[in-house]
Amino acid sequence: MSADFLYGIEVIINGLMAGVLYALVALGFVLIFKASGIFNYAQGVMALFAALTLVGIMEGQVPFSHLINAIFGTEVHHFGWEVPALLAIAFTVLIMIGFAWAVQHFVFRHLVGQEPIILFMATIGLAYFLEGVGDLMWGSDIKTLALGLPQGGSLVVEEWTAGLGGDDFYGFFIDKLDMIATIVAILLVASLIIFAQYTKQGRAMRAVADDHQAALSVGISLNFIWVLVWSLAGIVALVAGVMWGAKSGVQFSLSLIALKALPVLMLGGFTSIPGAIVGGLIIGVGEKLFEYTIGAPYLGGATENWFAYMLALIFLVFRPQGLFGEKIIERV
Amino acid sequence: MLYREAGDFKTSYHADNQTFPIKFDRIGFWITMAIAFLVIPFVINDYWANAIFVPFLIYAIAAIGLNILTGYCGQVSLGTGGFMAVGAYACYKLMTAFPDVSIVIHIILAGGITAAVGAAFGLPSLRIKGFYLAVATLAAQFFLVWLFNKVAWFYNYSASGQINAPERFVAGVAVTGPNTAPWAQYMICLVFLTVCALIARNLTRGTVGRSWMAIRDMDIAAEIIGVNPLKAKLTAFAVSSFFVGISGALFFSVYLGAVEVGEAFGIQKSFLVLFMIIIGGLGSIFGCFAGAAFLVLLPVALKVLGVDVLGWPTDLVAHLNLVIVGALIMFFLIKEPHGLAQLWRLAKEKLRLWPFPY
Repeated sequence: MSADFLYGIEVIINGLMAGVLYALVALGFVLIFKASGIFNYAQGVMALFAALTLVGIMEGQVPFSHLINAIFGTEVHHFGWEVPALLAIAFTVLIMIGFAWAVQHFVFRHLVGQEPIILFMATIGLAYFLEGVGDLMWGSDIKTLALGLPQGGSLVVEEWTAGLGGDDFYGFFIDKLDMIATIVAILLVASLIIFAQYTKQGRAMRAVADDHQAALSVGISLNFIWVLVWSLAGIVALVAGVMWGAKSGVQFSLSLIALKALPVLMLGGFTSIPGAIVGGLIIGVGEKLFEYTIGAPYLGGATENWFAYMLALIFLVFRPQGLFGEKIIERV
Repeated sequence: MLYREAGDFKTSYHADNQTFPIKFDRIGFWITMAIAFLVIPFVINDYWANAIFVPFLIYAIAAIGLNILTGYCGQVSLGTGGFMAVGAYACYKLMTAFPDVSIVIHIILAGGITAAVGAAFGLPSLRIKGFYLAVATLAAQFFLVWLFNKVAWFYNYSASGQINAPERFVAGVAVTGPNTAPWAQYMICLVFLTVCALIARNLTRGTVGRSWMAIRDMDIAAEIIGVNPLKAKLTAFAVSSFFVGISGALFFSVYLGAVEVGEAFGIQKSFLVLFMIIIGGLGSIFGCFAGAAFLVLLPVALKVLGVDVLGWPTDLVAHLNLVIVGALIMFFLIKEPHGLAQLWRLAKEKLRLWPFPY
């Protein structure tokens, strides 16, 4: 096999792994959208906020220290302790659940029955709000997430695959972190599916997704389910935030992955969990391959910024409901 | 008492069709015009022009553009920043390629070019709707910004990748470049805004505007009663992009002078303009002004209050600004989904009876 071909395969493998991370964010969108019809633009900022909170708790930062210092003229920064990672994750999960409750209680409960596009704009407002709160609470500098996850390329894979090609091929370069992210994502999806299929709350969640009115009439509390899906989305956001944060530091650009998840959703269909995963993989592989074959050599690179949107746009013109979405039926 | 239709008799078709049919509105309009054209240019200084008036006027044009598309035609667009960039770069290329032609013509042509680009990106709206379309317009946003970053022809192969507005004159007065007087900046933006607002107001009252609103309210029903969705949607995209392009051209040439595309016309700009029309009021020209004024003034007011009065650090105030803007968006969507324009409408209802409430 020629080296070019093998490098192509390496690009595909890396694309698949990036795609898994896109799918992880997209999953949070699908959960909320299915259960409440809200298209949650704030998902990416939730990931950022969760990661910031995790780092802040682990390092024992004083929340809102910046603001407190400005108002009272004090000089507080850290509590002086460090919280072990697992405990910090548990706290962060609690905070995300509290956030889910607050969002439901203060915002979306009042917007029930509004047009979807109004709900969407409300989530854009929520994204701004949460971004500001995150910055106020923990400061806006770039933080590193020290969870002890392995970094760098995997030597084992590299040596193991080096024999496939000729002398000028040194094996596949695959980031260890990406491999872990893939495994975590698979575990997360599996547990979400088990939750949705076999637990009482999961079934109630699916019932709400199918038909709000029918679910209400058999005694399911819509409010509870909505808090539940927002919490789940918060946890998914935490996982996504940890994975992306470990890769490139916890910073504002983390919230932009939400924008990357949008074409994934359009491709896969807003209402389908398998769609989110397949869409994520297609986008991940597609943009890496496009960059490798056409973007970098002919177009000056950095095509990853827009390729996903263009792909989704062209795709949608032919199939407006996405790959796995429910057929859109319009009535007057 | 003060604000009423009663007693304001129309005796000709011309009077019945005028832009402001109510006398009180007309008087208010002319007073506003008189203050804007005859008072402010003489008292304006550099700080007020650069911090408040010029951005307000330019964003108001962009908000009118987006409001035509989103508020009147119901097509949500997140590509405003990208289209503003088209206007800015078109204006730059025209300014450098034809230095002898007046900049006013360049800006209008830039609007025209943006209209063509906007209509092209509006084509998918015939197939896809709602969120799907909103996300599809992101394609325009990211693709256009990337294009202006990568293709050196657009920024005339300058080493920094920036575009700089050369000095240009209108009637012997510099309106772009470093030596521009604040009142000149203000006046050119004001003239463009006035013309754009009048065009927009009259378009939305006429056949075209009504077909847009029919599409917004229920596109299938509109199609059945004979509105051509292809024509209505594409004209909405084109007209909207025309205004957005003009605002982008002014933003670059008159306001900033030098532009780096990702910074000036990024996705944040799209959201900012979207917020303006949500807060101001979807489907209202007055709302564009109210929203633009609000979102231009809010950061300035917060900065004055936080940094100058309380002595807080700048970044803290910037974060607070985000929190407040986000909270306001949610607040408005919950309490007053029709925005500031609706408050104004309610105030007018009250004025109709004032001072005798029954």
